[in-house]
Amino acid sequence: MRPDQQGEAIFLLPDEKLAELLSAIKERGYQLIAPILRDAALCFSEIDGASELPQGLRDAQSPGSYRIKQTASPERFAHASGPTSLKRFLYPPRLKLWQTQRKANAMVFEEPADPPPRYAFIGPRPCDLQAVAIQDRVFLRSAHPDNDYRRRRENALFVAVNCLHPSESCFCSSMNSGPSAKSGFDILLTEQIESEELYYLVQTGTDEGLEILNTLKLKPAADSKKRKAATELKQATKKIERKLDPTGIGPALKERLDSPAWDELENRCLACGNCTLACPTCFCSTVEDHTDLAGEIATRDRVWDSCFQQSFSYVAGGPVRSTIKGRYRQWLTHKLSSWSDQFGTLGCVGCGRCITWCPVGIDLVAEANAICTERQSQNPTKTTIGVSP
Amino acid sequence: MPFARPTKPKLAVWKFASCDGCQLSLLDCEDELLAVCEHITIANFPEASRARVDGPYDLSLVEGSITTPHDAERIHRIRRASKYLVSIGACATGGGIQALRNFQDVQEFVSVVYARPEYIQTLAKSTPIADHVYVDFELRGCPISKPQLLELVNSFLNKRPPNLPNRNVCAECKLRGNTCVMVAEGKPCLGPVTQGGCDAICPSFRRGCYGCFGPGEAPNIAALSARMSEHLGVDTSDLVRVYRTYNSAADPFRKESERHES
Ligand code: SF4
Ligand code: SF4
Ligand code: SF4
Ligand code: SF4
Repeated sequence: MRPDQQGEAIFLLPDEKLAELLSAIKERGYQLIAPILRDAALCFSEIDGASELPQGLRDAQSPGSYRIKQTASPERFAHASGPTSLKRFLYPPRLKLWQTQRKANAMVFEEPADPPPRYAFIGPRPCDLQAVAIQDRVFLRSAHPDNDYRRRRENALFVAVNCLHPSESCFCSSMNSGPSAKSGFDILLTEQIESEELYYLVQTGTDEGLEILNTLKLKPAADSKKRKAATELKQATKKIERKLDPTGIGPALKERLDSPAWDELENRCLACGNCTLACPTCFCSTVEDHTDLAGEIATRDRVWDSCFQQSFSYVAGGPVRSTIKGRYRQWLTHKLSSWSDQFGTLGCVGCGRCITWCPVGIDLVAEANAICTERQSQNPTKTTIGVSP
Repeated sequence: MPFARPTKPKLAVWKFASCDGCQLSLLDCEDELLAVCEHITIANFPEASRARVDGPYDLSLVEGSITTPHDAERIHRIRRASKYLVSIGACATGGGIQALRNFQDVQEFVSVVYARPEYIQTLAKSTPIADHVYVDFELRGCPISKPQLLELVNSFLNKRPPNLPNRNVCAECKLRGNTCVMVAEGKPCLGPVTQGGCDAICPSFRRGCYGCFGPGEAPNIAALSARMSEHLGVDTSDLVRVYRTYNSAADPFRKESERHES
């Protein structure tokens, strides 16, 4: 849904009423999670109400660099995605899966009984919503759905914000995930500023979103305001210079698994795993078992893992992917190629996090394009899927 | 039914060239220490008690590096008296700060510092325990992490492998939800090439990692140095020093620092 589409109910929410919207959500039992300034970046964190939403913060992002700048503008969402994504909340970095205890001659298993948190995400971006849709496919549409993810996911409310200020790292327009949201939200805001007056155009995507909005008694937005927002969203799309061909890239990478072009990554990549951990769709985890000192109780935790750690592919005799280029190739080809064999879509939404948060500024888009185009002359001989150098 | 252990295993703590900080981590376990003592006999731990039980020992924790001919010989006696030997801390696993001598002429120091140099017996290099005897496990860090020490003792008591993953500091940093200080503040950080275990404590306080847990598995240190010099304003002489702190005798750090020495 876009503000320029005809016949759709688009309401006007003045900034003064944003607090009312968030209180209405909170009263329904939700914990509010929004991007606020923490440790020099805009990170999704719990807030009490709209007054905690920062104003005038802009971000400058490029490969390996992120800086925040304070401006005099009252805007609250005039920035792109920060380092954290919704993955942290829906698929937490550490989760206790179960515990078992010796009782008489048996072992008794217990799963944590705590009720799942009810999160209302204020300000996720269109690419964030798309990332949740991708994780849904991974965790829910499988023979063994992830129960914890399902409970968190079913309980969550999404108040998304369209992107008028994409960063230099963004390429959602290539991945068809932004800068305007099409689905996956309960409520969708487009932040607008007109002669120093701050307001939001509001749309709803679900019955619950509509129910919440109805309590605010908002007026419909004037056509001129809708046109202004639509124009700005078009301009935002034009600002995005980073481009990737989402249909061509998968097959092209598959043909170049043995290309010498990967060699260069052996020297440049740290294999630090930051890209995978920052990525909102990467889903890999490991389990850690612990005992108490007496050996009476054992617990199993699930912990985020990354294909950049050698232990990730460790089998008897050593890691399958012992080289850094082998691990980089695993990451890049999984995100942009083999993910679609597994789940029917690519594993990338173009949020740019892996590009900004790579400590040495390795650019996934530039690498993928370079491997598939400029370095094409170094023709691969044959493909050996699944075998690492 | 309680899980019966036939006998209480004997734990010994040994000290070589070091500051005692890692041993103190064991005393620092305060709340957990009594529980640990219920399951294990502390047979040799001069920091805690003068009482000593003779060997052999089931588990020896060895702190400190080897810096004298006498210690080079003593560590073999300890190995022979120990079923399992675990070296603890940056001195025992990476040479410690005293390994800075490895890059200089120790005899010259001795002649300048001591009135009677002939009384001083010292080795040219400070070396980790694993350079001298077989080590069953290493606990990294300056000092070691208390939770890691407890996990080690716990796993030993329960006859299971210690659950101490060798992921790097970046992984722990991201798990904690920190904002990367290199990317957001342009501060040099050794997290990408450093073994985790500290729960990314320095980046959690907005400082770069100093590498006190030593090099991680197969680290690509040259790529990190390149980033630090090209983008973060670290000059060559600082690149020599940045890898020469607590673990300068650990090969990957030593080699990288030597590479920048002109
Ligand atoms: S691969 Fe990079 S750009 Fe794509 S979704 Fe993951 S973090 Fe975002
Ligand atoms: S890219 Fe790596 S960490 Fe991410 S989902 Fe694929 S295998 Fe897992
Ligand atoms: S691409 Fe960058 S973030 Fe990813 S593992 Fe390599 S150095 Fe780390
Ligand atoms: S702050 Fe340091 S440890 Fe944390 S992610 Fe950045 S480089 Fe890694």
